[in-house]
Order: sequence, then structure tokens, then C-alpha cells
Amino acid sequence: MAKVWDFLTATRGKNGKLHWTDWVSYGYLFLGIFLMFGPVVWLVISSFKTEADLQRFPPTLLPYAQETVMVDGYDAPLPLFVMTGGEYEGQTLAQLRRVGSQAQMIDPANPDERLRVDIANREPVEKLSLATENYTSLFERFNFLQFFWNSTFITVTATAIMLLVNSMAAFALSKYEFRGRNFVLLLVIGTLMIPQTVVLVPLFLIVTQLGMFNSLWGVIIPGAATPTGVFLLRQYMITIPDEILDAARMDKASEWKIFWRIIVPLSAPAIAVLAILAIMWRWNDFLWPLIILTQSENFTLQLALNSFQGELQTDWTSLLAMTVLTLLPIACVFAFLQRYIATGIASTGGK
Amino acid sequence: MADVTLTNIEKSYGAAHVIKGVDLDIKHGEFCVFVGPSGCGKSTLLRMISGLEPISGGDLKIDEEVVNDVAAADRGLAMVFQSYALYPHMTVRQNLSFGLENLNTPKAEITQKVDEVAKMLQIDQLLARRPKDLSGGQRQRVAIGRAVVREPRVFLFDEPLSNLDAELRVDMRGEISRLHRRLGNTMIYVTHDQVEAMTMADKIAVLRDGLVEQYGTPLELYNTPGNIFVAGFIGSPKMNFLKGKVQGGALALATGETLALPTVGFNITEGAEVTMGVRPNALQPGSNGVHARVTGVEILGGESYIYATTDNDLALTVHSPGQTSVEIGNDITLAIDTNDVHLFDTGTTKSLRT
Amino acid sequence: MLAIISPIMRIIEIPMLALQRLLGIHKLAWVFLLPNLLLFGIFAFLPVILNVFYATTGGDNVLLMDRPQVGLRNFATLTDCGNYLDPNSCREDKFWRAVWNTTWFVTLQVGFMVGFSLLTAIILNREIKARGFFRSVFFFPVLLSPVVVALIWKWILQREGVLNAVLDWSGIGGVNWLVSADWAFGWSVFLSVWANMGFYTLILLAGLQAIPRDVYAAATMDGASAWRTFRKITLPLLSPTMLVVLVLAMIRGVQTFDEVYAFTGGGPGTATTFMIQYIYEEGFAGAPRLFGLAAAASLLLAGILVLLTLVQLWVNRRNVDG
Repeated sequence: MAKVWDFLTATRGKNGKLHWTDWVSYGYLFLGIFLMFGPVVWLVISSFKTEADLQRFPPTLLPYAQETVMVDGYDAPLPLFVMTGGEYEGQTLAQLRRVGSQAQMIDPANPDERLRVDIANREPVEKLSLATENYTSLFERFNFLQFFWNSTFITVTATAIMLLVNSMAAFALSKYEFRGRNFVLLLVIGTLMIPQTVVLVPLFLIVTQLGMFNSLWGVIIPGAATPTGVFLLRQYMITIPDEILDAARMDKASEWKIFWRIIVPLSAPAIAVLAILAIMWRWNDFLWPLIILTQSENFTLQLALNSFQGELQTDWTSLLAMTVLTLLPIACVFAFLQRYIATGIASTGGK
Repeated sequence: MADVTLTNIEKSYGAAHVIKGVDLDIKHGEFCVFVGPSGCGKSTLLRMISGLEPISGGDLKIDEEVVNDVAAADRGLAMVFQSYALYPHMTVRQNLSFGLENLNTPKAEITQKVDEVAKMLQIDQLLARRPKDLSGGQRQRVAIGRAVVREPRVFLFDEPLSNLDAELRVDMRGEISRLHRRLGNTMIYVTHDQVEAMTMADKIAVLRDGLVEQYGTPLELYNTPGNIFVAGFIGSPKMNFLKGKVQGGALALATGETLALPTVGFNITEGAEVTMGVRPNALQPGSNGVHARVTGVEILGGESYIYATTDNDLALTVHSPGQTSVEIGNDITLAIDTNDVHLFDTGTTKSLRT
Repeated sequence: MLAIISPIMRIIEIPMLALQRLLGIHKLAWVFLLPNLLLFGIFAFLPVILNVFYATTGGDNVLLMDRPQVGLRNFATLTDCGNYLDPNSCREDKFWRAVWNTTWFVTLQVGFMVGFSLLTAIILNREIKARGFFRSVFFFPVLLSPVVVALIWKWILQREGVLNAVLDWSGIGGVNWLVSADWAFGWSVFLSVWANMGFYTLILLAGLQAIPRDVYAAATMDGASAWRTFRKITLPLLSPTMLVVLVLAMIRGVQTFDEVYAFTGGGPGTATTFMIQYIYEEGFAGAPRLFGLAAAASLLLAGILVLLTLVQLWVNRRNVDG
């Protein structure tokens, strides 16, 4: 409690009193929590609701499911209702079937006697329950694991290639003197001006001609080298003293060995930042996969999600569960690494 | 055997001529120091020997073999850098092993050699640490150890003590000297500090503007400097210089005073412009010599320094043993030990010694 | 992990060492650059050149040699307008709708984005406990994929969604949000601000924290009021960062596609169709595939982006020099 109090009284006003601007600030921040986290929380809660619960309007805050009971002589569990009027008022009955405005009910304690009641006089007995079947059915009904694997494969492979290729280039541009270095730097800046979005058509031709249409490699390779990565790593590698490289050369290390035994380990912080960014970019990538991957067995999670929201208009149970599973890996990355991500973004200044 | 021979070595960056033809002959087992003011090219010369910097002209031989085009790694040299250049992400042991691993030395042998060297340099307690957890002196030892463990033909040192504090520097000086005696290898050592050069070297090469001004043993350089630059650079405090003209077998100064010249050992022509070099300890307050006014006195107990200016505002330094009674503002006459002076041609700055 | 990578690196070392012997150390730099330059060349520079060829050819064949030359006809088609302000008077009315939608979208989105990011950054820069936590709260949506963002808000905004429930309950009454063109457009702006503002907040916060505390202390000593300090000290010192954010937001805003496409599909009608979607639909989603028209449109888009990027580079350089 003391902590909460400290928190609330961390003020600009002197004498421990809250200045009105502090109230406004904290108000804004808590509104921020509500607006930023609220929708995601609502998504997660909703994903645990049953089909019936989802269709309820107005919706309940938490996922509820109707209680059921097994009654001798019936194979399926029967839904329970509590009577709010009529002759059985106060009793809890199980419903057999509903006919128009009438329902056939039985008392679970006395299953042989069938009772007819007006549906206006009953209310379902509900309890909190997580509809985990929304998730399990994903694996049964869809090729979910395939999509997950496609996304993972693209993300991991593309990130690995990008880290290697970009760090090699950054090494050359930061630690060697050679004719044409400034020209190459200019080229890198040039690619900064060519986002994928403006060369979609010719890129499509090239990727098709290389036989990578409808192949995961067609998504991985074209974006495998990024100007941002080169700049980020070069900026960091420049700070490594040249004498360390000279020392390694005197130690009979080849240039390649210097690269992966000295430069790469020493650039680990920058490489980690780039890795996180790359994972984020690739996992969330949408437009290019949308163009290159047209067969559903090649779909990434993002594509699958997008195409199902078209096909399954009303099947929100599957859609919500799939959305949660898609954001889960990124949420985990966020939870553990958000500090690095923040520094990374701040240091690249965007892109 | 590891003789290092430089023949007319040159280096230029584009139009800039940095090393202008250096000849040096460093014998096996010698401790050779390159000394000179900053920008004289001494570090460049060392890096050219190491192979880190390509040679623009001339021949570099190690053991009679021209190595101009041999890669740094294959010259069989080891280098200790000014910033130590330890691999920050490796432990001390890994730092020492890295070079041996690159030579494909068997693991057991590496361990044994590293342990041996670590013990010798008293860093065996530190093998598991990383460079950031070491003090300056310890890093220095590791850097030296990294060179020693390779058993190179020649050791190269690039101002290795300049990042240490004064006290530690004295200790390390002694330690590197001991190391040299123990290993007996050829060592080439670059410094801008002539005290380091004097105390450690077998041979000193004084460099200026990409040229060797003089190459010889410390005492040769001290006792018989070849020109005014070397005379002024070697020895602390600096040598005093008095310019004049030879008239009637004596040196006539601009102040009108005349100084006696040594009778033997120098090539003196009547009427020549000559600069007389006098070390501070060859100058004593006396009755007969150069007149000067005292501007500063430092009494250190066992010895004293007197700073004075001549009548034409030339600064002189006097080193006198014991505790002087001279005070600031005194007018004194400084007697010169004629047998202990150096004479140079004022025009060419070359020594007039025969 | 290292156990897999180390042997691979050792194998690569063999040819690299041979090349090092052959080329010398400094020319070896080109070998290190090669993979990266190849990728840039094939997948960035070559496409830029090919784009020009596509833009001047017609038909729906993807192979360049099978495509008939049409000169500047694609550009003529795109720019054939009675009145540029009125898409209905244009031959390629969908393109102009996309252009104007994008223009309005970028204007609104960048305005709100910079405004809210600045406000948030300033509040986060105050003496606040748990600043790291609040910063990550606003940053969190940046990590979400555009499709996820779209679905989250679709779920909230659907006819029987939670927002309408709240509005019903409060007596205002619900709206069928995504069926109305204006509301769909408005929510698209909202959604992209929601998803991206954390990113700009972060940059602005870094800019604010780079302002030395001493300057504020001096202003306080000079008796400046909080508002005056903000106007005369914070804003001017922050303006370089503001400029970066502004240009960056515009560059990214012009390229908006993913989240809005997944959110509204460009609809209702063409109310939320932007330039990238136009290119995508002409070139890849429609039949016949009008690659020429798509390429011509992307060249126009590229022109805008190059202009903005040059401004960005100029701004960055000025900041570094200043």
C-alpha cells in the first residue's frame, strides 16, 4: 500500500500535495491504460466465451456458460434453469427441449416426471467458465499448426539471414578503408528510399522468375537485407576500437575470424536490438506475403487470420481465439524485452 | 635469430610523405626504442614492421628474408598496443589463448603455455576475469602476456605505458626490461618519453619528420649527440644552447661575452657560426662565464635546479647537486665546464665532433 | 545454438581465407559487402528500373517481353480527369478516390498522431513514478500485427459489439459503425493512431529527455511560468525531433495499407481505399491484372516518398550538424 501511496504522491507540487496538473497527468495515463490495454483484454476475455455467450447483447464482462446436469436416462448433459415464476417458482429444472414458447423440463431429482413451463418464467443458471474448446477446435478444424509453422519458419530464417548479411556489410563499411566506400553508403541510403510498397509489380516478376512464387522463400529473400539494419549495426561497430582488430590480426586471426569471433560478439547489443525488430517486422508482415503466398497451405498466421475473417464472418469464436494466438508470441517478446525494443526504436529513429 | 633490417623504408598516404627513407639494423636480442616527438612517424614505422600498415617503398627484412608482402599474421611478431586492445568479451585466459588457437596449437599445450606465462607475469589469479574487471596495470600485464605466449621472433610495443600513472609506469618499465633479459628476444619499443628510452633501450633510434636523426646506444646519444635535435631531445632537463661566432679561438656570443672552446675533439673554423650545447649539470654558478639573472629556483633536497635568463633573454637551466643558496632575482655568473660541451654547426645543426 | 553456428562459420572461413590471400585485406571488404549488395541490387534497384518499363507497357502479361509498349498511356489514363478534385470526373476514378482518401487520411492521422504523441511524451517526461511501465503501455500496440489490430477493433465496433452496448446503455444508441462511410474512415484514422502513436511517443520522449535539466532550472530561476517555459524552451528545443516525427509519420502514413485493409477491406464502397490498396488491387487482386497501371501508380507514389525521404534525410543531417 505504501508503494501505491508513494506513486500517487510523486508530484510536482511541494509539501506532498498534488498539483492539479498531476491529477490531470495521472488521469490521462490511467485513461491510456484503459484505451491501450482494454481492447486487448476484451479480446482475450471474449476469446474464452462460448458461441452462445458471444451472441448475447449486451455482452457480459466475463465469460459465462450455462450450467448443465447429467440426468439418468439421457445421453447428453441437460441445461439447467431456475424458475422465476409460475407454479415451479424457485425450483431448478433441467430442460429437455423447447417447443415455441413452451419448454419441456424435468426436475433432476425426479427425472421421470415431465413438466411444461412457459419460457418467460425461467432463467438459465450460469457459471463462470472458460470455453477452452475455442482454442482446441482451432487445431482440429484448421491447419493452424501449419500456419504457425509457416510464420515461425519465415520469421526465424529471415531474421537469421538478415543478421548475417547486414552485419557483414556493416563490418565492411565500418572497419575497412576501400575505394568506393562512400558510394556504397550512398547506395544504402538509396535503398532506404525504395520501400517494398513502391516496387510491388517488378518485385513480383523477379520473385516469380526466380521460382519463389507461392514459396516461403519468396517472402524471406527479398527483404533479407535492410538498409536500417546496415546503419544500425555500422553505427555500433564504428565504436569498436581498431586496435582490437589489429591485435587480432597480430594474433593470426583471419578477417572472417575477426568478424565472427571479435566483431559479432562485441556488437551483440546492437545485433539483439536488430533481431527483435526483425522478428517483429517479419511476424507482422502482411502485404508482401499476401501477394506472394496464394495457396492456403503456405499462409502465414496473418494471412490465415485475414482470410478467415472473410470466410468466417460470423464465426467469432474461432476468429478471436486465432487472433489471441497470433498476438501471443509478440506479447511474450514484449513482456521480456520491451526495454530493448524501446532503446532500439529510439536509436534507429524509426523505419 | 631475429635480426630486423630496414632499408630505405618509405611510407606515403597519397601525396603526404610520412616516412622518408629509414635505414635501421636491429640485431637479434636487442631492445630497440624508437623515440621522437608526436607526429614523427615512429608509430607508423612500428606498424609497418608489424605488417598492419603496408610499406610504400624500401625493404623490410626479418632474418634476411624480405617480408614486405608477408601478412601481419605470418611475420611471427607480436605486438602490445597503447590501449592494450584486449578482447573485451573474452576472459584473460581466452585472450591469451586466442592467438595460439589460430595457430592450431593443441589444447593441452595452450593450457600449459598460458599457465606458464600467467605465472611469470603474476596474472595467474586473474585468468577467469574479463578485461573490464582488471586494473590498468593488470590489463597491461595481460596485454604483454598475450604477446609473450605466442613466442614471437620479435616483440613490438606501441607506447604501452602511456595510459598508466607515473608510479606504475616506473614499475612496468623495470618489468619489461626484466622480461627482455629473461626471454632474450628482439624487442622494438615506441615511446615519446625519452626517459623510457634511456632506461630501457639497448639502442635508441631518434626520429623526426619521418627520418632517423640518430641511431645508437643511450649513452652514445647522450654523450655524442649527432645534431642539435638529438642533443635537445635526449637528456632531462634539456640541454642549454648558446649561439655565437668563433673569434680568436673563442665563442663570441651576441651579448658580447666570449666563452672558451674545447681544444680537442671538435672541428672548429675561425669565423664559423657555432651553437654550443651545455647540459644543465655542466653549468655551475661561479666567477667566470655567462652572466644571467635567476628567474626560478627548485630545491629538491638532494639536488637543485636554477632557472635563469642571459642578458639577451635566453633561458638556461642549471642542475646543481646539493642545496643551492641562490635566490630569485640574483645576478649570477654561470661557469661552463669546457670539457663537457657539445658544438654544432648553427647552419646545418650537425655536430662538429671529429 | 553456438554448437550449430560455430562449425558453419569455420567452414565459411576456408574460402574467406583463400579470398583474403588473393585480394588482400582491404579488397576483402567487397566480399563482406557482396551478399548485401546482391540482395539490394536484385530486390531494390533492379525493381526500380523495371518499374519504369512496366509503367510504359500494357496488357496483363507479367513477362516484360510479352508486354506491348504503350508509352505514357498508363500515366495518361491515371491523369485523365475533368477536375482533379472530383474523382467522378476522372477516367480512373478509383485511383483519384484513393489519392484523396490517402491525402485526407494522412492529414488527419499525422495531425492526431503528432498531437497525442506529444501530449503523451510530455506527460511521461514529468516527474512520474513507473514511467517505464506507462511508456510501455502506450508502446504495446506498436508491436501488434496490423491484422490483429484490425480484428480487435472490428470486434469492439461490430453491430452487437461492446461499444454499441455501452452507447445503448447510456441512452445514446448504437451505430453500425463500419457500414457508414464517414464513420469507417474516422475509425480507420483512430485505429492507425492507436496502433502507431507509441512509436512516435518514444521518439519524442527521447527528444524531451535530451533537453538538459539545467535549462529548465535556469528558466525557473528566471521566473518563467510553466506555460512560458513550455512555449519558449521545450517547444523550440524539441522542434528538430518534432520535424523528424512529422516527416516519418507522413512517409509511413502514405504507405498505410495493412491495418485498414484488414479492418474495412477498403470499404464501405471505396471510402477507405488508399493508394497502396489501389496498386494491390489493380496489379494483383483484380482480373485482368493491370500491371502497367499499378506500376504507373506506384511510380507516382514513389515520387512522393522520395520527396519525403529527402526531406527526412535533410532534417536528420541538420539535426546532426546542429
